[in-house]
Amino acid sequence: MNTLMLLQMAAEAMGDRVAITNKDKSLSYQQLYNSALAAAKVITDSNCEYVAVLDISSFAVPIAMFGAAGAGVPYVPINYRLTEDEIEQLLARVTPALLITDTEKANRHGDNTGTSVIEREQFIKQMTEADAIDTEFPMDPDQIAVQLFTSGTTGRPKAAVLRHNNLVSYILGSVEFMSADEDDAAIVTVPPYHVAGISALISSVYSGRRMALLPDFSAEAWLELANREKISNAFIVPTMLTRVIDHLVEQGIEQVDMPHLKALAYGGGKMPARVIEAALKLFPDVNFTNAYGLTETSSTITVLGYEEHREAIASTDPAIRKRLTSVGIPLPTVEIEIRDPEGSVLPANEAGEIYVRGEQVSGEYVEKGSTLDAEGWFPTRDAGYLDDAGYLYLEGRADDVIVRGGENISPGEIEDLLLTRDDLLDAAVVGIPSDQWGEAVAAAIVTKPDASVSVEELQDFVRTELRSSRVPEKIEFVAELPYNETGKLLRRMVKVQLADA
Amino acid sequence: MADIKPGMRLKSAVCATEIMVVKATADNLDIRCGGEAVVEMAAEGNSGADIPAAFTGGTQVGKRYVNEEESIEILCTKAGEGALSQGDTVLGLKESKALPSSD
Repeated sequence: MNTLMLLQMAAEAMGDRVAITNKDKSLSYQQLYNSALAAAKVITDSNCEYVAVLDISSFAVPIAMFGAAGAGVPYVPINYRLTEDEIEQLLARVTPALLITDTEKANRHGDNTGTSVIEREQFIKQMTEADAIDTEFPMDPDQIAVQLFTSGTTGRPKAAVLRHNNLVSYILGSVEFMSADEDDAAIVTVPPYHVAGISALISSVYSGRRMALLPDFSAEAWLELANREKISNAFIVPTMLTRVIDHLVEQGIEQVDMPHLKALAYGGGKMPARVIEAALKLFPDVNFTNAYGLTETSSTITVLGYEEHREAIASTDPAIRKRLTSVGIPLPTVEIEIRDPEGSVLPANEAGEIYVRGEQVSGEYVEKGSTLDAEGWFPTRDAGYLDDAGYLYLEGRADDVIVRGGENISPGEIEDLLLTRDDLLDAAVVGIPSDQWGEAVAAAIVTKPDASVSVEELQDFVRTELRSSRVPEKIEFVAELPYNETGKLLRRMVKVQLADA
Repeated sequence: MADIKPGMRLKSAVCATEIMVVKATADNLDIRCGGEAVVEMAAEGNSGADIPAAFTGGTQVGKRYVNEEESIEILCTKAGEGALSQGDTVLGLKESKALPSSD
């Protein structure tokens, strides 16, 4: 089992189809496969033990990833937005490595012990122009395919490990080979160092869907590329969709005219209900899909499909309408359980920690090895519950639960309520130190520009709709909330701001 | 030939079919294609020998084939003329539910 085999199948079955487009250049599946084999040979000859990519999206990313698979060494994409020191520390953990990066970073990180550098354009040129070679590649399912440094909001970033078996199982379980129409194309906006960037590459290849790269996201650039490349599918993180929607609303557009766009998938963070509701109105003919997954689960484990989106928005039944805020039901190849802190499995509608099991779930780190229990279950550290119909609702990280006077309070419940108001744009609820309660509920609120709303009004609202223990003791109005570039709310920063305020 | 294990790539001795073993938890594995035992990738294959009528029907690239108990699952990585079987029992096409693309 090897992810390169999936590209080989695409090259044999649809070699002339365009695999990937970047600005005015394209590679077919056959060209991408030949380039990956050429890269595999260079990697093998270099005697490196890792292939690191420190770069924005380009042809170098799939060539390096599939090339590393062909050479049987881990592919390690590194976040180019980190500081120089942070990058140096990560590079020191993957030696000896072959590093592919841009000219500036090649000069900066080029003389490190154990790291040999190829500049990105040089790498692309060398691999795409190499003579076709035919070679065998390893098929060990337990070989490491990808090593990803997790965002590490506390302490040193952990190195999550995905083996070929995890990624291939995910693809076989969720994507039908060559199922895309020849005209289909997807925009790839997720950065290469994110697990969704990796799964987007492999599933596009396996389904035969052309990828158009958009390394620098802006709402205008996204819309422009979607029209120019006749994009049919896109995956987008909530912060990006929010920016697209806000841009369209500013332009006074009520319904978007993008006849090629068939499907929009979103995930990677919490989607505010107002954004998805606005999106469904602006794109009435587009199929929306919500996906939830983690680095350690090879990306998606639950999906809320487009029919469920339509049914939810059209329904007057609160239980069905509420599904717009769920992340859907597990993939057929994945099982999910909710457990309490003692490890007992909880019934429907009771919140606890989300556990997941399946071939695609690695739950493994370089530092501490496998974190799966004896039965193969992975503790996600995400909190949530399943409803009677099996839909999963997220309530933030298990570590984010506020413990106020012994009572567990989920920030998500309060945030969801606050965001039903028309005068608010965004809300983050966190626990802050309290002498009286241990932790007290606090909220950072972004109001609409023309809205006037008071702290007392919001407190009364929460008291009426939920109960008094949920009422934020402290409410600060802020211009915006801190998010990382993939749309994850940086809760710890909010906590610090509110505790100091 | 070595024991058949998940992840292994094999090919037909008689036609162009190539496969990867996804799951192999059944006892007495005897995977055949076109009626003849499959062989390792490095071995001589695709002999073009006549395929007995019971084992025609072919393989389709990207499709998965399973026995009734689903203790055997084979991915076809390259199409051919022969049908896959465990012993004399032809494997069936695995039904998969179409999922909306999430990435």
